[in-house]
Amino acid sequence: MLQINNLTKVYQDATVLKIDELNIKAGTSLGLVGNNGAGKTTLFNLILDLIPPTTGHIINQDIQVNKSEQWKNFTGSFIDESFLIEYLTPEEYFCFVGELRGMTRVNVSEFLKPFSEIFNGEILGKKKYLRDLSKGNQKKVGIIAALMGEPKMVILDEPFANLDPSTQIKLKKVLKGYTQNNNMTLLISSHDLGHVTDVCDRIIVLEKGELIKDILTSSETLNELEHHFTS
Amino acid sequence: MNTNLIGLEWKQFFRSAAWQKSIGIKILMGFLALYFILIFVGLGVGGFYILKEQLPDQDPFVIINNFMFYWIIANIAIRFALQKLPVMNAKPFLILDIKKTKIAHYLLLRSTTSIFNILPIFFMIPYCVVLLIEGYQASVVISWFMFMLMTTLILSFSNFINEIKTSDKDLSFLPTLIVLATFMGLNNFGIVDFNSLLGYAISVLTGSSIYLIVPLILLSLSYYILFNSLKGKMTLDDAFKKEVKEVNASEMKWTSKFGDLAPFIQLDLKLIWRNKRPKSTLFILVIGFAYGLIFYTNDTYMVDMKPMLVFVGIFITGIFMINFGQFIPAWDGAYYKMLMSQNFKYHQYLEAKLRLMTMSVVISFILSTPYVYFGWHILWLHLAAMLYNIGVNSLVILFFGSFNKKKIELDKKAAFNYQGTGAAQWLSSIPLMLAPILLFYIPYKFISFNAGILTLAILGIIGIVLNKIILKAIVKRYKASKYKMIAGFSQIG
Repeated sequence: MLQINNLTKVYQDATVLKIDELNIKAGTSLGLVGNNGAGKTTLFNLILDLIPPTTGHIINQDIQVNKSEQWKNFTGSFIDESFLIEYLTPEEYFCFVGELRGMTRVNVSEFLKPFSEIFNGEILGKKKYLRDLSKGNQKKVGIIAALMGEPKMVILDEPFANLDPSTQIKLKKVLKGYTQNNNMTLLISSHDLGHVTDVCDRIIVLEKGELIKDILTSSETLNELEHHFTS
Repeated sequence: MNTNLIGLEWKQFFRSAAWQKSIGIKILMGFLALYFILIFVGLGVGGFYILKEQLPDQDPFVIINNFMFYWIIANIAIRFALQKLPVMNAKPFLILDIKKTKIAHYLLLRSTTSIFNILPIFFMIPYCVVLLIEGYQASVVISWFMFMLMTTLILSFSNFINEIKTSDKDLSFLPTLIVLATFMGLNNFGIVDFNSLLGYAISVLTGSSIYLIVPLILLSLSYYILFNSLKGKMTLDDAFKKEVKEVNASEMKWTSKFGDLAPFIQLDLKLIWRNKRPKSTLFILVIGFAYGLIFYTNDTYMVDMKPMLVFVGIFITGIFMINFGQFIPAWDGAYYKMLMSQNFKYHQYLEAKLRLMTMSVVISFILSTPYVYFGWHILWLHLAAMLYNIGVNSLVILFFGSFNKKKIELDKKAAFNYQGTGAAQWLSSIPLMLAPILLFYIPYKFISFNAGILTLAILGIIGIVLNKIILKAIVKRYKASKYKMIAGFSQIG
């Protein structure tokens, strides 16, 4: 599904990312962990072609992301609040993203129905602009919008941060469901090792821009990761 | 303590991104300030003598006092429109060991150094010196000076009180406007002669320094009221919580005929209507329409300087297009990353902008048709200007937009806001405005007025026909600068 070859990103003299090879199979949910400055967001920005790579390339289902825009058809993402259009209401935002992904208004409301538990009555029908929602509720909108239009690849940066515990649990269930039932490939980053091991079946550890661990999740994984980050 | 706060202020000013980026604009503002200072000093020195020469049988001092009514009215109006309470980012101080009263006092103290309070002094001091030279009693002159100084501060504080009380309401300007208009009306239609009433009051008040107690009491009162309302506002709930307005969402079904461009056109319309800065481009539209009245009623332009009329035509039919278009795609800067990872083609995005601009030009043309009153040739001129704006200028604006790298902060006010303005905006105004004048001038000079108009119209039509091809080339430019734009838009300030 996703192939990365000889990828580097250099700012002035500092190499912030250097990945020789990384292949991700379709239907995988991949967790990205690493301390601040490890290059997680840089990698996501590169995959979304928001910054140009210094060398190497990324192929998202046969499409080289900085050569063609076709990957946008099947890729959903939420990196940070700058992915929200703050002067729209949540409904309008969903409709906007939905329309870009070929959904009708009816499709959009059908799509949103199963998420009413996550929205907890605080998002839809409130007649508020996104800029007036709390940080956590803004995040919910962004994440759910990234799942619209049956994407084959979804990229979420720190999806659990800022969310309340019950939403975290519900969201984990939703993400697992999507990867298992829709064969969707999921890329998430998180500082919460517990969440990552819960959701992801493969975890990679970045350190100073380099890939230093690549683990298939098992019952040992959480311990292994905790050990890695304490030593 | 105060020195500490002032130090912070200093750092905030010099370390702000705006200062480091646009020194050119700061210099421009500096020159403007200097210009006003010179005018005020000039009036202070020369005003007395000019009045004496024009009206030799009256006392200039009395005339100027009689004039104070207008001075106060203008002061209130200008302050209300332009002067805003200097808000320091007080949030971090709330939990520090600083008394709230101290912060409030400091803010008030700081507000007195506003340019609106300083400028009058540049008039008052030379004027008072002239009065002394001309043999007016020193006690009267000093009383007058003190009176004026206190009045200035009273006006300043009352303006802030007014601002605090009205700012969260819609149409907050209406009460002030009505009160001012009523006073002006009563005065100008001779119902109440505020001019001489106030003049008389001033001459009484300055007659003896004892009477200065009156403005002093008013000043203390206004300070006290303002201080209290400020102090009360210094909690997280009041001062910093944004007011949440209920949204009035409409589906804008009519845009659906634009097919796959519809989502973008809807987005742009919402952008314009729901955010302060783009919304005010709508008001500029009104000002733009008034332009015609200035030029078309003036024979200098109507007879001798006809090429200037082209400028007016382009301006009237294109003012919204220019004001909106010059900041494409910076309007969308705040969420540009998101747009760039969404499932659409750049082509669609830009074409939607182009359609919106076209619509605005056509609407502007229709609204400008009453100008036919000044002659049919004006209507034809507007028609040609409309075609030229649609066919040529819209593409020129889009092209220059690809140089935009500063995002627009949507919720900031528009007047005197240069944020997002860079070399691209200044440069683009040359081809936008000068080129059509030149293109008109050549056939006009050698053939006729109509030939000039026809040239513009034909160029416009050619542009419309070639629209698709040129747009493709522009899309390429946008694609090429995509990364630079994303990087630029994610910078703060």
